[in-house]
Amino acid sequence: MELLLASAIGVMTATGLYLVFRLRTFPVIIGTSLLSYAVNVFLFASGRLVVNRPPVLSDDAAGYTDPLPQALVLTAIVISFGMTAVVVIIALSAYLSSDDDHVDDVPEGLAAAKREGEPEVRT
Amino acid sequence: MSHWIITPVVLPAMMAAFIVLMLRHHPLLQRVFSLAGTVALLAIAAGLAVQAADGTIMLYQLGHWAAPFGIVVVADRLATLFVLLTALLGVFVLLYAIGSGWDRRGRHFHALFQFQLMGIMGAFLTGDAFNLFVFFEVLLIASYGLMIHSGGARRFRVGVQYVVYNLLGSTLFLFALGTIYAETGTLNMADLAERIAAMPDGQTAGIRVASVLLILVFAVKAAILPLHFWLPSAYATAPAPVAALFAIMTKVGAYSIIRFYTLVFPPELAATQGLFGTWLLPAALLTLALGMIGVLASRRLDRLVAFSVIGSMGMLMSSIALFTPEGIAAALYYAVHSTFATAALFLLVDIVRERRRSHGVDLSAATPIPGGALIAGMYFAAAIAMAGLPPLSGFVGKLMILQAAFADPLVWWVWAVILSSSLVAVVGFARAGSLIFWKSHAAAGETSSASDPDDSQGAHELHDPPLDPPVLPFVAIGGILAAMVAITVFAGPLHRHFAATSAQLFDPEPYITRVLGTPGRKIAYEGDEKAAHSDAPAASEEAH
Repeated sequence: MELLLASAIGVMTATGLYLVFRLRTFPVIIGTSLLSYAVNVFLFASGRLVVNRPPVLSDDAAGYTDPLPQALVLTAIVISFGMTAVVVIIALSAYLSSDDDHVDDVPEGLAAAKREGEPEVRT
Repeated sequence: MSHWIITPVVLPAMMAAFIVLMLRHHPLLQRVFSLAGTVALLAIAAGLAVQAADGTIMLYQLGHWAAPFGIVVVADRLATLFVLLTALLGVFVLLYAIGSGWDRRGRHFHALFQFQLMGIMGAFLTGDAFNLFVFFEVLLIASYGLMIHSGGARRFRVGVQYVVYNLLGSTLFLFALGTIYAETGTLNMADLAERIAAMPDGQTAGIRVASVLLILVFAVKAAILPLHFWLPSAYATAPAPVAALFAIMTKVGAYSIIRFYTLVFPPELAATQGLFGTWLLPAALLTLALGMIGVLASRRLDRLVAFSVIGSMGMLMSSIALFTPEGIAAALYYAVHSTFATAALFLLVDIVRERRRSHGVDLSAATPIPGGALIAGMYFAAAIAMAGLPPLSGFVGKLMILQAAFADPLVWWVWAVILSSSLVAVVGFARAGSLIFWKSHAAAGETSSASDPDDSQGAHELHDPPLDPPVLPFVAIGGILAAMVAITVFAGPLHRHFAATSAQLFDPEPYITRVLGTPGRKIAYEGDEKAAHSDAPAASEEAH
């Protein structure tokens, strides 16, 4: 089980990083989602891997699994879920408004030359 | 137990919810409540700072749970200093946003602004590593919204970079926290300090990894050299009041480094010897050099100021990286100064951009700016402060850092880089200022007749500030400049206070006993002793 979990975290992190380095919004967002899955599993494992044990106190329990990482993972999942939604919307607006889904920076001069007619940054 | 400690977090949170739910269609009331909330926040922050000034460490246990299990909010000298700084900056920035009409160029500015304040305050006050992460996320989510406030293709584009970069940073933060929890079984900072100090020699590999991961996360926030790429575009593109508020965001990274690497991983800790200490100072010096070279190389005023932020963070970090009481004290003074200087410059950039119309903030000679004398004067003062020339606070701060660096083996490097980069910064700022404010007079004749009828008025009445534009933006910038003058005049008392703050940091024992020794509600499990060994009940509060 340890091997399975460790390699799952490793593979997800590696894939996530690879996708992030593609520098187009869609792969980047998938990549950050994969990274957040990896980190969630990692957080879950930080309380040690225990099978079939209750997390809350009870009279007839032989042992316990650590409940704190589960709470941490819950928080992390909620946050990463919200973040993914935010980045999807912003990326969509960026794509729709500039017709380009590259994440990396455009050199200053080029960007200015490209949209000469447009009012610069503000509305 | 005083409930005032938690109010800097609760008040903006309530205010933001109130504004977004009740005042959605009342722009004027939004302004009134937002400003009232921020002023109240300033009053509370000042009260807390006064209470903490004598060295008391105030503690607030959420739900009255005792420390290692429950979540605590801790207000010591360091935390209250940054809380006060944020509140002060918040008032000025909000005044500017209202005066310049920025808050009406998009929706929900005030709600996001309050959420941003809540996140920043929480990050400064929390005594729990995981809650630090949560508050980082709160301030980041709010900053994403503020960053793309009022829209525009370029702003969205830079917004995506900013969000993705910070998502990666957050992921790294979680990896670091997971490692810390796996190694120590706690996330309370005071408890961490005790357990890490007590770790046996052979088993420190995991915690060493965590300490380096954690400093990388904070280095992303503080924009230290290899991790600074997000900053120039983000700050230059963000709406001006937002960029000015972001001046405190890099300081959140610096604060976290100060907090964690004096309390949890103190410099004398055997386990982390020679890890970050060896490369943090060189990295900070390179950041400083790069920032100031960027100032010289920029072709737009907004990017110039953004690079000067990197430079000032380099200066700040090179003082923190000494990890001596003198270094931290100097760094605190410089942090206060550079927050104000950065904010003032970003707001001035906005005024220049507003008034130069067609030329924007390109560093090129164009028609003179209406009301140029006042703006040029303010730019002059802010640039002097940022570049660290006497008589303003930048010079005092730099002097303190130079003095603090004496004991370090790398002292000559520190001196050489700080002094030469200051010269570069002076040249950069002077060039920008003369191009925008002086050369314009030479160019006035030929360009004013050209295309832009709006600008022609400026050519005739150079020295009369126009009467119609709002006064409030100038009040806000003037207020920030006045604050800089004040910290210059009171540099002596302030330095004594910062020295006391840093002494408190390097003697963490009272902090730890205050956090862990304060009795609170314990786990009440019917019957037996089994309850004692469980870490359980903290979990229920973690979700907030």
